[in-house]
Amino acid sequence: MLTDTFLLFRQEIMLALLLFFLVLYKLGRARPAAHLLPIMNWLLLLNLVVGLLFYDWQGVLFNGMYRTGELIVLEKNILNLAVWLISMQAYGWLRQHRHAAEVYLLLLTSLLGMFLMLSSGHMLILYVGLEMATIPLAAAVNFALSSKRSSEAAMKMIVSSAFASALLLLGISFLYGITGSLWLAEIPGMLHATPVVLFTFLLVFSGFAFKVSAVPFHLWTADVYEGAPVAVTAYLSVVSKAAMVFVLVTLLYSVFAPLEKTSHAVLVVLSLLTIITGNLFALRQQNIKRFLAFSSIAQIGFILVGISGYSQTANASVIFFLLVYVFSNLAAFGVVGWISTQTGKETIADYANLYRHNKTLSWILAIAVFSLAGVPPTAGFFGKFFLLTAGASKGDYLFISVAALNMVVSFYYYLRIIKAIFMEPGETGIAALSLPFWPQLSLWICTGGMLASGLLGVIYQYIYSISPSH
Amino acid sequence: MNLSLLVLLPVCTFLVLLLLQARFARQVALTGAVLQLLVCGYLLWQYLAVRDLGNTAPMLFETDQVWYAPLQIHYHTGVDGIAVAMILLTALIVLTGILVSWTIDKWQKEFFLLLLLLSAGAYGFFISLDLFTMFFFLEVAVIPKFLLIGIWGSGRKEYSAMKLALMLMAGSALVFVGLLGLYFGAGSFDMMTIAKTTLSQTSQSYIFIFLFSGFGIFAAMFPFHTWVPDGHASAPTAASMFLAGISMKLGGYGCLRVAVFLLPQAAHQYAWAIILLAAIAIIYGAFATMMQTDLKYINAYSSVSHCGFVLLGIGMLTETSVNGAVLQMISHGLMTALFFAAIGMIYSRTHTRMVASLGGLLKAMPFISTVFVIAGLCSLGLPGLSGFVAEMTVFMGAWQNPDTWYRVATVLACASIVVTAVYILRAAGKTIMGPLPENYAGLPDATWNEKTAAVLLVAAIVLMGVAPFLVTQLVHPGVENMMRQVDKLVTLN
Repeated sequence: MLTDTFLLFRQEIMLALLLFFLVLYKLGRARPAAHLLPIMNWLLLLNLVVGLLFYDWQGVLFNGMYRTGELIVLEKNILNLAVWLISMQAYGWLRQHRHAAEVYLLLLTSLLGMFLMLSSGHMLILYVGLEMATIPLAAAVNFALSSKRSSEAAMKMIVSSAFASALLLLGISFLYGITGSLWLAEIPGMLHATPVVLFTFLLVFSGFAFKVSAVPFHLWTADVYEGAPVAVTAYLSVVSKAAMVFVLVTLLYSVFAPLEKTSHAVLVVLSLLTIITGNLFALRQQNIKRFLAFSSIAQIGFILVGISGYSQTANASVIFFLLVYVFSNLAAFGVVGWISTQTGKETIADYANLYRHNKTLSWILAIAVFSLAGVPPTAGFFGKFFLLTAGASKGDYLFISVAALNMVVSFYYYLRIIKAIFMEPGETGIAALSLPFWPQLSLWICTGGMLASGLLGVIYQYIYSISPSH
Repeated sequence: MNLSLLVLLPVCTFLVLLLLQARFARQVALTGAVLQLLVCGYLLWQYLAVRDLGNTAPMLFETDQVWYAPLQIHYHTGVDGIAVAMILLTALIVLTGILVSWTIDKWQKEFFLLLLLLSAGAYGFFISLDLFTMFFFLEVAVIPKFLLIGIWGSGRKEYSAMKLALMLMAGSALVFVGLLGLYFGAGSFDMMTIAKTTLSQTSQSYIFIFLFSGFGIFAAMFPFHTWVPDGHASAPTAASMFLAGISMKLGGYGCLRVAVFLLPQAAHQYAWAIILLAAIAIIYGAFATMMQTDLKYINAYSSVSHCGFVLLGIGMLTETSVNGAVLQMISHGLMTALFFAAIGMIYSRTHTRMVASLGGLLKAMPFISTVFVIAGLCSLGLPGLSGFVAEMTVFMGAWQNPDTWYRVATVLACASIVVTAVYILRAAGKTIMGPLPENYAGLPDATWNEKTAAVLLVAAIVLMGVAPFLVTQLVHPGVENMMRQVDKLVTLN
């Protein structure tokens, strides 16, 4: 019994141990020693491996407050993988940083919160996990200590996420009022499409729309992404977003299953709005971090298109897309982050003629951009194809045509990056940059992931086989 | 034989090239292309041997492997005569394209890598019998073009590259929606399965619009032809050859194999629109060519006109006309590749492509000039060369369609040949004949690699023109199968 508890709870326990280690490490040290970063990279790899062991165990703990299963373990592993990759990429930034241990503390606390949220069987845990996932992040955004924009971004983030949490909390209390229960398993049986339930649904949905930065709740995203240190931006746009989408899918597909018709309509409208807005703003960005922020808004739009399919395929496609998104976006952020920490250059114009001196970095960034745009043979193509296929299963072709044509718009701005790297005659270009072992490893893993996860059908097949059927 | 070899070989060459040093790039690429041509020759031989044994299966050498089981996506390959002809065409153009880019000086390795990637996409497209796989390869072939034009091109290269990439991507987006329609209508991505299911007339007519206009963008269908002139004119020689010889064929082949073959009723329903657009493209393209002063623009606009014949043949929906459309695809591929190769050779020596500033080249470079004239004569449809055979077949097939308005369109299209003769003879006369400007006097003639490329293409053109039955024999059973399917489904209803 006790072993069972430990094994089911192993990912959270592992993270808690890491957090204790960091606290103890920090005690009595003004600044971390140089070996902290390699140690953390190894420990996070261990964390990932621990998650991969016993991957098919399932069960509930604490009277059903906590539940886990193969799919939830997979989702946590995707997050673990992303955090490991980000940690390796952050090497260039953190090795100079006085408070590297604190950055890890904040990011891992937030990750622990996400794990609880993913495993929650009760609204209370869900909410506590959500807050635990968000508040440390706002602090982490502030960790470019000398930058004013970073503090401003942190302030923006905390205020807007507090607002989102308030909406969500109001929605949860309404749910309690309507159904008399906060157990996720009990709620769907007691929901009927009455006006007050629909209002409640909208409140909860808005709360999550804020967190995933879907339109019209996207306004905080660009400023926060631009102000935050690149590693934190990567964390926000990949880990945090993926976790929120995982939970949103669970909520929509199980708790709010009785409202499928309404939520489908909401998803159709919001997804198109999100794609179009994200695209239109991404078209004119000059700063590459802001650019990635808006392009990630458009990506969220495509994910919502997939969610609107309400099927096993849709569920699997969303998770598969997020896995691909982890690789593609982190490859892009890895290159952008390395260039930004080494040269301070962050605008698209600065990337002119990057290829001249940095061939490998250019190709990795190009593959990442192609994967984000959805060009084969990268995995992004498969991800987008499956998302739109899932969305089309309801037979709404006008919807899919608009989404598909928006992909063409997104090609324009993704190709702008390619154009800058390969075609524009930058006078000097960015000087040749050398990559230390850790960021290099991270980028190669991302590249491998982008090329392999699409061409190998087994990954999608595995995700499909463990997705709940509808 | 295993068709995957056709894709694996370019991919392997790609990987070898990636690992080797840049100075071996062109040798490796050339070796890969020669091997590829040999493999394609072997495919042809095998194909003919199997057909001779009396095998009348619609597709040969089929392999079927599950790729994404939950979505019924298979890696399903197989070829008929049309596909074999297209594959041979591709192999020949890849080889000659590599030969004429022998002396490219900027980023040689990257250039050949992209060419190989593009060719892998084209081979994969032609062997696919699964719509997902086909779409996958279609898109693989788009992005290399963007890079080839944008990096190695001339003139307004970035603008042209972006225009081409966005228009082709818009085409793929339309194709994609059409594919989803087929998938949810027939429950499969497999072409042979979809061909056996009859979709309702309404859904056919919706899906057809998406598929045909999507592939039509690739095939330079009016009014979506605008990427062609800019794209061709800005591209480096090999990329121009690939664009005209391979990319535009992807569109024509897709229109035929996916749109018409899988949605026969809709094809009959929209035949008038296809013919109208094709006739406009033929005539408009021809007149637009007359106004051009840049050799590459001349060839690009004449491509629009010539590709109109492909769509005209498809739209007429008789066995002979579809046969002609396929022949025209092959003939146009060869002849445009030759034309662009010749223009590239002239440009690399004189550094101008403007007709007005050229002249008397026959005296300075007799070989290149002769090649240029042969390409021109083929373009205007001189008997004995491939252009005549293809256009003649299209016209004969088109006339078989008894509808009066279709015959009017056919007559108008025929008339465009006169215009073709005008612009070709004018351009050739101005460039080749007359006094040789002094600064061109000492220019060298073609080098060994250029000669090999030109001879290969001229040989193919002449062979097809003198012995058209060689190609018809190959293509005809495929067309016959396809048209039987189309007619059967139409008469059923």
